[in-house]
Amino acid sequence: MSFKKGFKSGLVIGSGYLSVSFSFGIMAVNSGLTWWQAVLISITCLTSAGQVAGVGIMAAGGGIIEMAVAQLVINLRYSLMAISLSQKTDKTMTLPARLIDAYVITDEIFGVASTQESVGFRYMTGLGILPIAGWTLGTFLGAVLGNILPAVVTSCLAIGIYGMFVAIVLPVCRQSKTISIICIIAVLLAVVFRYVPFLYAHVSSGFAIIICAVIAAFVGVLITPEDETQKEAADGQ
Amino acid sequence: MDNKTFFILLAVMAVSTYLVRAIPFAAFRKKITNRKVKAFFDYIPYTVLSAMTFPAILYSTDSVITASAGALTAVILAYRGRSLLIVAVGTCAAAFLVSLLLMFVPL
Repeated sequence: MSFKKGFKSGLVIGSGYLSVSFSFGIMAVNSGLTWWQAVLISITCLTSAGQVAGVGIMAAGGGIIEMAVAQLVINLRYSLMAISLSQKTDKTMTLPARLIDAYVITDEIFGVASTQESVGFRYMTGLGILPIAGWTLGTFLGAVLGNILPAVVTSCLAIGIYGMFVAIVLPVCRQSKTISIICIIAVLLAVVFRYVPFLYAHVSSGFAIIICAVIAAFVGVLITPEDETQKEAADGQ
Repeated sequence: MDNKTFFILLAVMAVSTYLVRAIPFAAFRKKITNRKVKAFFDYIPYTVLSAMTFPAILYSTDSVITASAGALTAVILAYRGRSLLIVAVGTCAAAFLVSLLLMFVPL
């Protein structure tokens, strides 16, 4: 039952991934990789920014240390998400279950899973399947078909994932003053990182997200240290 | 790049990405009892999603105009409490319609 629920929620994420990874496939082949190399990267890493950076390092003939450090810094936000998600897991999330489901912790899967009151192994695994399929298939199609599809179609599919994020955050903001304040703070900080040229050039997007999210959540703790909003938010769903 | 180099770099990339996720997910098995720390991690999903969405949403299509139309539609639909799927589809549809419009009415 909860597997089915997760599987269905994975549909939006998976179709969004299809278009995003389509452009990754094109990019990877343009950087000199073969289609099967691009597909192997997508199925083993399941991450966007990290893969784009990784392909760049491969193309530039970079070394092991550079690759490891780049992946750690860009993907450090997953650690934050993993800790946050670990607070919602139920009894079915045993150690082996965690080691399996850790693989599907991405921005989008985390975003959907964290709206649940509790997260179990079946739900989380179901949620991961279509995104993995979409991410891999999209990479394959992008690498093989390249620029055959009209750009106007693929380009407009990519925004869907952001629409989903808005749909997750806004209803909770309507119910909680603290959460709406910290979301505005997070957005304002993200704007600073995007439009101040020095910051945009020197801080990777993954790292910028960590800094914005941590500062905003910290302000939230200062405003409302004993999170009664979480209960309100859960009741409202 | 030969195949051997590719597989070594792929392994480094995949393992480091996996460990960044798996170590904290496996290590934090007990519920955090400190209320402030707990509140912090309850707030994190919303601040992460907010920071990830704006302004990045404006550059998610090939034109800021179509992306803005999508973003505005997302805000309206989400504010009215529509489901994730409806908001996602509506966002894509709005961006697509405006991009069609731009083909015929170039600004």
